[in-house]
Amino acid sequence: MTFWIASSPHNHIKAATPSLMRFVIMAAIPGVFAQWYFFGWGTIVQIALAILFAVLAEITFLAIRDKNIKSQITDFSAVLTGLLIGISVPSLAPWWITAIGSIFAIGVVKQLYGGLGFNLFNPAMAAYVLLLISFPLQMTSWQPVNSLLVDDISFFNNLWLVLTGYTWEGFSVEQIRMSVDGITMATPLDTLKTDLTLGLTVNESFANPVFGEFIGLGWEWVNIGFLLGGLLLIAKKAIDWVIPASFLGSLLIFSFIAYTISPDSSASTMFHWLSGGTMLGAFFILTDPVSAATTKKGRVLYAALAALLVYLIRKFGGYPDAIAFAVLLCNMAVPLIDQYCRPRTYGHKGVN
Amino acid sequence: MDSVLERINKNHFWKFPGGIHPPEQKFLTNDKPIKNLRLPKELILPLKQHIGNGGELLVKTGDKVLKGQALTRSDNPMSVPIHAPTSGTISAIKNSIIAHPSGMSELCVFLTPDGQETWVARNIVENFYSLSKKNIVEKIADAGIAGMGGAGFPTSIKVNTSPGLKYLIINAAECEPYITADDLLIREHSSAIINGIDILNHLLEPEIILIGIEDNKPQAIAALQAASQKNDKIKVCVLPTKYPTGGEKQLIQALTGQEVPSGVLPLSLGVVVQNIATVFSISEAIINDIPLLRRVVTVTGQALQKPQNVWALIGTPIQHLVEQCGFNETEQQRVIMGGPLMGFALPTLQVPVVKTTNCILAPTNIEISPASKELECIRCGQCSDACPSSLLPQELQWQAKAKEFDKLEELNLFDCIECGACAYVCPSQIPLVQYYRVAKAEIRHNRVQDFKADRAKLRFEARKVRLEKEKVAREEKHQKALAARKAAAKTSEGQANNSAIAAALARVKAKKAQGGEAETTGIDSSVDGGDVKSRAAQAIARAKAKKAAQQTTSTPVTVESDSKSQAAAAIARVKAKKLAKEQAAQAASEITEEIVKPEVAKSKVAKSKTAEPEVVKLSPADEKKAKAKAAVAKAKAKKLAKEQAAKAVTEITEEAVKPEIAKSKAAKSKVAKSKVAEPETAEPEVVKLSPADEKKAKAKAAVAKAKAKKLAKEQAAQAASEITEETVKPEVAKPKAAKSKVAEPETAEPETAEPEIAKLSPADEKKAKIAKAITKAKANKSSVSKPSSSISDDDKKKKISAAISKAKAKKATATINKEESE
Ligand code: SF4
Ligand code: SF4
Repeated sequence: MTFWIASSPHNHIKAATPSLMRFVIMAAIPGVFAQWYFFGWGTIVQIALAILFAVLAEITFLAIRDKNIKSQITDFSAVLTGLLIGISVPSLAPWWITAIGSIFAIGVVKQLYGGLGFNLFNPAMAAYVLLLISFPLQMTSWQPVNSLLVDDISFFNNLWLVLTGYTWEGFSVEQIRMSVDGITMATPLDTLKTDLTLGLTVNESFANPVFGEFIGLGWEWVNIGFLLGGLLLIAKKAIDWVIPASFLGSLLIFSFIAYTISPDSSASTMFHWLSGGTMLGAFFILTDPVSAATTKKGRVLYAALAALLVYLIRKFGGYPDAIAFAVLLCNMAVPLIDQYCRPRTYGHKGVN
Repeated sequence: MDSVLERINKNHFWKFPGGIHPPEQKFLTNDKPIKNLRLPKELILPLKQHIGNGGELLVKTGDKVLKGQALTRSDNPMSVPIHAPTSGTISAIKNSIIAHPSGMSELCVFLTPDGQETWVARNIVENFYSLSKKNIVEKIADAGIAGMGGAGFPTSIKVNTSPGLKYLIINAAECEPYITADDLLIREHSSAIINGIDILNHLLEPEIILIGIEDNKPQAIAALQAASQKNDKIKVCVLPTKYPTGGEKQLIQALTGQEVPSGVLPLSLGVVVQNIATVFSISEAIINDIPLLRRVVTVTGQALQKPQNVWALIGTPIQHLVEQCGFNETEQQRVIMGGPLMGFALPTLQVPVVKTTNCILAPTNIEISPASKELECIRCGQCSDACPSSLLPQELQWQAKAKEFDKLEELNLFDCIECGACAYVCPSQIPLVQYYRVAKAEIRHNRVQDFKADRAKLRFEARKVRLEKEKVAREEKHQKALAARKAAAKTSEGQANNSAIAAALARVKAKKAQGGEAETTGIDSSVDGGDVKSRAAQAIARAKAKKAAQQTTSTPVTVESDSKSQAAAAIARVKAKKLAKEQAAQAASEITEEIVKPEVAKSKVAKSKTAEPEVVKLSPADEKKAKAKAAVAKAKAKKLAKEQAAKAVTEITEEAVKPEIAKSKAAKSKVAKSKVAEPETAEPEVVKLSPADEKKAKAKAAVAKAKAKKLAKEQAAQAASEITEETVKPEVAKPKAAKSKVAEPETAEPETAEPEIAKLSPADEKKAKIAKAITKAKANKSSVSKPSSSISDDDKKKKISAAISKAKAKKATATINKEESE
């Protein structure tokens, strides 16, 4: 009689990395839905493209590295990376932008560093930064919120636009981005930034139609969507609540300080919370376990540092949104942070 | 302390970090009483069932044994005896697979029950207060009780501490899923358990007794509360269910808010933790005189039709247990001894139940899925959130894979209690604990290697020094011999008659004289012979006494004769090094090796006049050799204590004593007192009288060497090791006339031992070499042993063994002693 020998512990919580990844992907649905609702089919097209290229790249690189493709592709980490790139890339950006981003993220940032678990940087954000630096023009091609558009753009038109640069009817990206009154639309963060440099106050800038009634037409709902998904993740213990809490809390503190010092040139906390990629960053990107700090204290510090960077870059930097830069910079600091935030082991009182 | 008590009274305990909540699955077995099993066909009793050593076997194949009869005897505190769980015949004594994760084999006694259940005579003690504490501890040791919760640490050691503890903690947490053995035991035998607690209370006199129990055992809690009512020192502490509350360190933290410092025993906080099943066994052993013969085992898992708690005799094969509970083997069946989190999979069902077996788990694959594929760590940190020791499992596994042992130790790998919480939560299903075990084993192995290398180096250096000394001594001897030959030539010319005068050697020792005085009287040697020239030799006496009370007097006697006398000095060298290690326990091991080789060579003529007191040797011989060989005593005690518990004292003593006396031409006597390293004394003596003409007598020294090996391991032990090396080389060369010498080299310890060698070798133109004896003695409780050897030989070679006595003294009774020589 032979018995199956295994090392203890014999039972397991049954949470597995692949299902964890799948769950994170599911949790992004509310945000993606909002993005689709306000920005049309372009978002969906980009996400699909990004996932496709990410998975293809993953397979290719795993094959090159002679790894077990099946077991690693089914961990869904490549899909998640693709999803995040798809969400971040402007909805009207040409397909090759997304392709370059996905391939770079998987091939260079992830696999070159040794695959899942070994990457220093968050692949999606590294790719985003690469694109932003290399193709600044294409990377701002956000479609205006549907309600500000002259015509709705169909899924087919949108796909065509992404693939060829023109809609089926022959409109270019520039024409599409024109609003009813003929002004090229930028994102709220862009707008605010430009206005502030022009000497306008925040309140004056808010008169711009992109801001809508609240924070930024459409963007606020997208952020709320990701917030919802994020809360779900926390509820299901798929991510640690510490990082989002610390990130949003710190952002609140920094923006509040700035707002008290100079209300005219500082946007409100709500604006910071609900514009750009704040919520996506807080719940889906900073929490990426691989590139985040692993110790409890370390995570608090890590997220707070990210918040500080986001705020500084948004306020003083040359780029309107800052999540990607902040995340990359924080990723670099992770080993150091973890080194100094080790918990005190049981029985080592006063020693460590 | 007060606030701790307040909190305890309010049932307001502390939290330890981390922890997990795996499915409990206790419902499988916690609703059925403990079942008595029928006797198995055969019982397999491993000699060693716990941390420590196996005892010494008392039975042989074919013996009939009675229930409760001891099968082994414990020869040191770290070993506990085993007993026959039922009456029957010993059918074999051979190696067999035992309950160990590696599936290794150890020596086991196979017992075929006769079904009679005939007991040995028992002595039931109704009132244990009538027994002395020492008696109780002895009974616990004789009953073979070792911790029944986990590692199986010998209980008698744990309870043998000086009274006055702060907390006595009774561990009834039973936090592992599935296991309900303690739960049921409490429910059915709460009064016996409380008796056991009373016995411990009597022994340890703690300020308060805390019974830690998880809140998922309401019936057991009620039973304990009811039974403990009359003793208000006992507090039943109900803790929230969380794995691993039952870990010793976690339980202490949860109940008292204190952390046991890394590497030391809970005793340092004034805490002793006992498992509740152990407490039950103590009560059985003391009151009913029943040694540890059986225990409650939870036989559970969904591969069994009738999972239940059973009373299993120690030694029952697991096969028997699971068959009685309706075992259906499934595909990829695993049978786990212990719980699902810390237990280990068994290689076969022929493994016996041992004292630490609390659970046999036979799960189906649905229940506990077989190990699945391991993915890369995604650094999610869930493991570190679950770790009760606040370690960083993800970094540990990373470094373990990279074999960065230094880093692992920096990350406090050895504070990992292997609870498995980290591996349980890891989404990548990394067998983290497995990595740690391998890494720990490798680090331990490396440490042993390092230790060995260090020791070898030390020995090598000691040897070098010794050889160096020997060389110097040899050269000196040669020169002296040369001088002596010249002198002898002169002397012989001048001699009118040939009569040589033999000397007498007498030696008297008075031991333990009340006054503790040392008296040394010089030796007279008379030389007669009218025409003989005599020269007076110099006598050298040297005495050192450390105690103020003792005065050593030496009287040098100068006798005029023709002889020259030279006395060489004695060299004593003592080195003691301390090798005490940090961590916790104290393990005492002593390996003493003594070699004593006195040798007397070639004494040709012995003319002895007097031989006095105790041991006298006369070896008058012509052209003969006399050889006296020594006795060798060697004692080795290995590893006495392992990890968490033991005390280690290592002593390495190396002594080399080489007195050499060369060429004594006239009567000569020498008394050497060699060092004694131990408090108590023993006085082996070797007395030799070798008066000779033109002879050499050689005496060689004794070497004592003791080595102690690694006595204490990592997390627990404190090892004190001492390396003492002594080299004493008194040398006396060429006394021509009567000469007496009394040398008393230093006494290192308060008490003294006085090995003496007296030699009387009156001779002309002779060489005498006499070797010295070495003694090392340890006397237990002031007993003094005196081995003596005498040699007398004519025309022969002789070999004489010396006696060595070795005794160990633990208690500090002091003895005094004195010596007297001739
Ligand atoms: S739980 Fe597993 S995957 Fe997560 S950090 Fe720990 S070892 Fe890595
Ligand atoms: S097995 Fe070790 S590292 Fe893992 S949780 Fe337990 S104590 Fe921590």
